[in-house]
Amino acid sequence: MKRLLSGNEAVARGAWTAGAVVGSGYPGTPSTEIMEIFARYPGVYAEWAPNEKVALDVAIGAAYAGRRAFATMKHVGLNVAADSLFYAAMTGIEAGLVIVSADDPSMHSSQNEQDNRQYAKFVRIPCIDPADSQEAHDFAIAAFDLSERFDTPVLLRLTTRVCHTSTPVEVSEQRFVSSDPIKYPRNVAKYVMVPANARRRHGVIEHRIQEISQYAETSPLNRMEIRSSQLGIITGGIAYQYAREVFPEASILKLGLVYPLPAALIRNFASMVERLIVLEELDPFIEHQVRLLGVELYRGKQTLDTPKGIFPIVGELNAQIVRKAAIEAGLIEGEMLQTSPSFPMELPQRPPVLCPGCPHRGAFFVLSKLKVPVNGDIGCYTLGLTEPLNAIHTCGCMGASIGVAHGAAVAGDQERHVAVIGDSTFFHTGIPALINVVYNRSNVITIIMDNRVTGMTGHQDNPGTGKTLQGRDTTEIDIENVVRALGFTYVKTLNGYDVEGIEKTLKEWMKISDPAVLITREECALLPEARAKYVPLEVVEEKCNGCTMCFRVGCPAISKSEKLDPRYQRPLAVIDPSLCTGCEICAQVCPRDAILFRNQVLDKQEIDQ
Amino acid sequence: MENHRFVLVGVGGQGTLLASHLLAEIGLSLGLDVKKAEIHGMSQRGGSVVSNVVWGKPVFSPVVGEGEADTLIAFEKLETLRYLPLLKPSGAIFVNDHEIEPITVSAGKQIYPNNADIEATLHKFTTKVFWIPANQIAEDLGSARVANTVMIGVVLKGLGVELDYGVRTLEKTIQSRYLELNLRALKAGYDWLAISNHKG
Repeated sequence: MKRLLSGNEAVARGAWTAGAVVGSGYPGTPSTEIMEIFARYPGVYAEWAPNEKVALDVAIGAAYAGRRAFATMKHVGLNVAADSLFYAAMTGIEAGLVIVSADDPSMHSSQNEQDNRQYAKFVRIPCIDPADSQEAHDFAIAAFDLSERFDTPVLLRLTTRVCHTSTPVEVSEQRFVSSDPIKYPRNVAKYVMVPANARRRHGVIEHRIQEISQYAETSPLNRMEIRSSQLGIITGGIAYQYAREVFPEASILKLGLVYPLPAALIRNFASMVERLIVLEELDPFIEHQVRLLGVELYRGKQTLDTPKGIFPIVGELNAQIVRKAAIEAGLIEGEMLQTSPSFPMELPQRPPVLCPGCPHRGAFFVLSKLKVPVNGDIGCYTLGLTEPLNAIHTCGCMGASIGVAHGAAVAGDQERHVAVIGDSTFFHTGIPALINVVYNRSNVITIIMDNRVTGMTGHQDNPGTGKTLQGRDTTEIDIENVVRALGFTYVKTLNGYDVEGIEKTLKEWMKISDPAVLITREECALLPEARAKYVPLEVVEEKCNGCTMCFRVGCPAISKSEKLDPRYQRPLAVIDPSLCTGCEICAQVCPRDAILFRNQVLDKQEIDQ
Repeated sequence: MENHRFVLVGVGGQGTLLASHLLAEIGLSLGLDVKKAEIHGMSQRGGSVVSNVVWGKPVFSPVVGEGEADTLIAFEKLETLRYLPLLKPSGAIFVNDHEIEPITVSAGKQIYPNNADIEATLHKFTTKVFWIPANQIAEDLGSARVANTVMIGVVLKGLGVELDYGVRTLEKTIQSRYLELNLRALKAGYDWLAISNHKG
């Protein structure tokens, strides 16, 4: 019986079926669900690591110990883990090791759109690129087998449209059981990468990748689908689906193993078709390698030697983009589909915003008032950048905020810099950056917005929550104690909703020249415990004069009512009870006490009854 | 069979993803090949949300491009307009007559279009427009949260799929303590279209 699984669910199932017993990852869209699902299977250990390098080191450690293991992350996570990826490629492993990297073409929730197939080539390890959930499942199993067969880590590269597309999957109920783990290896020449050993190993991995490309010639991961000889398409990953949709008659060389490539198979396929093209998303990764083989590709009407032949190099593909490019290149006949009669209306944007009751809002409201430069980081709190708060001025990658702020400070920037980072991101890469601030004595003020969970990716546990991925109670790392232990003297923890306290503290710290750390601590308003405490606040119309102060906190629960202030004819504030959580930030900033606090609302309700 | 492509749109938090899941599972129970593609991440924080469901035999691309959608299902009025270019000429639109102001509107920077303008724009694309008081129907049943299931009920009737396929899918998918309410919501949506005078 086939069931509908997302690519992520299918990878988790495949890893379990393949007998993987250790999984470590860091949550990141579109990869997050893989480890969440894997954690639920019997007989496995799964964890959230503080960052992707740690996750990969853990998986490598397990694979050295003879247990099948894997690490999961989004594409940019592999940058963090790259150091470990390179040594693991050099040493090889004792049991299967798979690195799952989920790329995000079109950057639905990412800061860049890097094509991580390039890493496989860079590191000389195989890269497997599934096209749907069935393949995600089957290829995950194949990846572990390939890893052991060639003593190499394997990169299982996914993309958003594979991760978050659900398609029917046939799964096996049997789980592969590996033989008893070996004695821990004592093989210094293989596993200790001092220069003398590493020099020998470099030769080994160059030879290995040649062997794997021989294997690729007959691997079941690659297949030819012979239809018409007029057009041949070399493709892989999700692009295969677009190839089938747009060119139903074309012959296809479907590559599951996209690195290393099977040279003879490609030449053979090329000889069977009149025109040959490569259809792939993002980088011309296959295309360049095919051209290096001396195989001629159809380039359409192009006269310039562009980096990519026919299809766009930027952004996600879809069938329509492929069709359009194919028509322009003269590959298929047809007129462009008639779309959209011109749009008569300008639509209001609907950007994501900090949720009603978000505990990050208090600090951002103060920061926007203080008008200081704020170096931001990756997480829900990145949304402090939006109107009307406009409180974030840079945001590069996980953990960058503190280092970037420090850089401005040591460069002599006259303004006092505030770095903002979340709790999970603090554990991810914030700690070394904070060490740098205190060690190299800059005056950066860091705000650690601790909402007691990894929020943006959907509420994963982290070292601060006291729970592991598999639900075990554990040590709850105390952020304030860690910061004090690093050597900061100005450290304070306040409630995230305490607008006055946050403002007072920051203003005081602006007057001193030492580095300081403020922890704003309050659980995410979407957590079940927080939901249980919701009390919608109310506006007292007689007191409100439409001054707009409460609108400036940027809460979706507050809007302008249709009633006007009699004196200035300004719209009064109104609170949507279905959205308001009762965080009281608006009540605190209202200069006329026109918004009732929780206690006042509760008292009023008692009187009414 | 020709592929039937659905686009489901709404605002983060409205249950767009759950509705997509139901629709995909219903397709599977009809014996069809199915693909469901969705986008997670930042947009879940009150932003604009879109997902694609494709039924067919077989389905290749999970992504619905401009002018390719047979059916557009919108859980919020404004979002109908935003994704209208995805609709096929003369495709069907199911709109929940429900308004959620984006922050750009509540902040006074932009204006939410009125119903007459929305309707006029929709009719430029197609005559098959179904306005559904899904939130109202759901509230009458006890919770606005099941407006998404009401909408799925309407769509099933609109497609001529027997209610039973929806019921069986809900029984398989929805947690037991919410099942009863969702079943009533599904049926209420189904019946609403059956008795309403929509010509489509």
